[in-house]
Amino acid sequence: MRNRFSLLWKRSHKGLVLTLCLLLVLGLVAAQCAPGAGKKETVKISFIGPLTGGNAGPGLGGRNSFLLAVKERNEDPDTKYNYEVVQIDDECKPDVGVQAALKASSDPDVVAGASHYCSMVAISTADTFHNQGMPSMVWGAVLPDITYGNDYVEITRVNGTQINQNEVHAKMMYDMGYRTVSILHDTTDYGRGHLKYFSESWEALGGQILSVQGVNVDQQDYTAELTKIKAENPDFIYFGGLTPSGIPIRKQMVKLGIEAQFNGTSGIKNESFNEALGPDAEGVICFLEGAPIDELPGGKAFLEKYEAEGYEEPPEAYGPFAYVAGHLIIDAIEKVGPDRAKVAEELEKNTKDRDTIIGKVSFDDHGQNIVPLITAYVSQDGKWVSWNKSEYAGGQRQLVPPK
Amino acid sequence: MTFLDILLQQSINGLMLGIMYSLVAVGFTLYFGVLDVINFAHGDFFMLGGFMALMLYAIAEAVGFAGNALVVVIYLFIGSMILTGVVGVVTERVCVKPVSKAPMLISLLVTLGLGIAIREAVRVLYPRGSDPKGFPTLMPQGSFNVGNIVIRYENLIIFGLGIAVIMAVNFLINRTKMGAAIRAVAQDGEAAMMMGVDLDRTIDITFLIGSAVAAVAGIMNGFYYGQTMFNIGAMMGVIGFSAAVIGGLGNIYGAIVGGILFGLLETFAAAALPYGAENKRVFAFLIVILFLVFRPTGILGEKIFERV
Repeated sequence: MRNRFSLLWKRSHKGLVLTLCLLLVLGLVAAQCAPGAGKKETVKISFIGPLTGGNAGPGLGGRNSFLLAVKERNEDPDTKYNYEVVQIDDECKPDVGVQAALKASSDPDVVAGASHYCSMVAISTADTFHNQGMPSMVWGAVLPDITYGNDYVEITRVNGTQINQNEVHAKMMYDMGYRTVSILHDTTDYGRGHLKYFSESWEALGGQILSVQGVNVDQQDYTAELTKIKAENPDFIYFGGLTPSGIPIRKQMVKLGIEAQFNGTSGIKNESFNEALGPDAEGVICFLEGAPIDELPGGKAFLEKYEAEGYEEPPEAYGPFAYVAGHLIIDAIEKVGPDRAKVAEELEKNTKDRDTIIGKVSFDDHGQNIVPLITAYVSQDGKWVSWNKSEYAGGQRQLVPPK
Repeated sequence: MTFLDILLQQSINGLMLGIMYSLVAVGFTLYFGVLDVINFAHGDFFMLGGFMALMLYAIAEAVGFAGNALVVVIYLFIGSMILTGVVGVVTERVCVKPVSKAPMLISLLVTLGLGIAIREAVRVLYPRGSDPKGFPTLMPQGSFNVGNIVIRYENLIIFGLGIAVIMAVNFLINRTKMGAAIRAVAQDGEAAMMMGVDLDRTIDITFLIGSAVAAVAGIMNGFYYGQTMFNIGAMMGVIGFSAAVIGGLGNIYGAIVGGILFGLLETFAAAALPYGAENKRVFAFLIVILFLVFRPTGILGEKIFERV
């Protein structure tokens, strides 16, 4: 009895092995016959951004957009290589960011990458990428020194800097008759950068700064600072910082009954700003580099594809930049091959007048995109609407007027 | 605004901030008093309480139960206290109790890790949990002016509720049989067991109360600031602990005194010192260090800790 069973088992076992072998051979043949598949060399590129922590919202939006760009190129039969993305979290912390940069750049297979949303992280990793010779394209950080503070061929930036947006910001407010401002900024390099460039532009125009107060990024209560501002009675309040601080500041400003216009920087152009504040967000102004995404033909297509992918998080303000960074990096690798030095050279020297979903992209000799356009946005009915298309510019609605 | 107006308005700001700190400090004092545990996850239970309320509110909205604001508020408070309390007891059994006999340093590290786990769990599990979340406006939004000072009804309610919660905890600890058991365990666990006190149950109840108080604080914080975020617990934990130490760790009234003092110190540092806004915490923690040097038992603490 036992023998018969084992015989039976052995027979079926043999059959199974044979079937598996057959399948394997068939699979190999099929893979060889399929056009292009299996022939492409795999090239790794990295994406670094805040995927956890307080700034994970924009970080994940950027990550998704970058993945979308890579997916498009991998599906394109004309692409020479197959691209694999190495995602690393920088938590928006400089020390973690340097570790992330080291991790990506120590892997010789990683040819280039898009890195960082947070300025204080991007400024810390510039030396790392330079020392390791790995091209890194900044997709969200706006501190000017990241590109202008060095001559590294490896570091390029697809988005604009604080200088551009603050010039436009100061001029727009001055032209509308605002003269006095109370400034709040977070105490990171990012917030201090905004303070510096806004103050310079504002004072050059003849505007007056009533007070400057630095606040901590993990602070929740701003009533002390805002009560001080209330006593100063400014025409408007300028906040140089990110969304997690911008929301409570705006909320507490309303609760304390401060009657002044509230303006932020690109750091608050974020869907969660409107969602968390509800009606209190109405009339808040912020600025972002590039053309309004939904007003460009490529931009619309991007938003549709993004939606079709079914990502959980929205692309947020800098998603389109991460998307463009993905395409520019792949373009360069396609052109010169997966060689770090050549890719760095190609990106910095030969990115000129490229049509992208954020408008034309041209890098200057520091690898900085000279974005010709800054767009002002105003929160209208819970959405960021570009200023020119808003009811505020049209005169149907009013900002808080200057005193 | 005159100088006096500003002074009074800033005092109100400081008191409101202080009551938030006090509510967190009460939890630290409770844990330390009963278990000799410094529960650094407490700040994250505070955050978790707020998120539980948000979740319950979303459920209420989905089933169309969002009519009477008072009923909804009571539902949010009770629901969140129960849920957060249950999470508190479960984590205590899994993480804290197994190391309760080990040196204090071990339980300190375990609770620190637990805090991070709760924080990241909320971030991952709550829909788009990385973003700041707006809190529903359920408190009366009006205000009245005394001179140039704005006093919001909401502030009065939250302040009153905060004091009431702390008084209730005090009553529970000092005036009930359950409180007597907790105090007995605080003095000598083994002796209490010999007198018929169920040690495990008492520790469970302490965590239930501690987590429920943290939940109340988290919801009040959400109502007051109109928003919450998954990472607010870390700093709140450190400040709540410091407030408990200033007031006298182990003394419930000390937690109120310490919390409000810390709130006022921060507020006036931000308002009055040059570069005060960015250095207010430096200033406040400097005072904590001075306290630790010159009066290590805190304002209301005894020479030997008289525990709750």
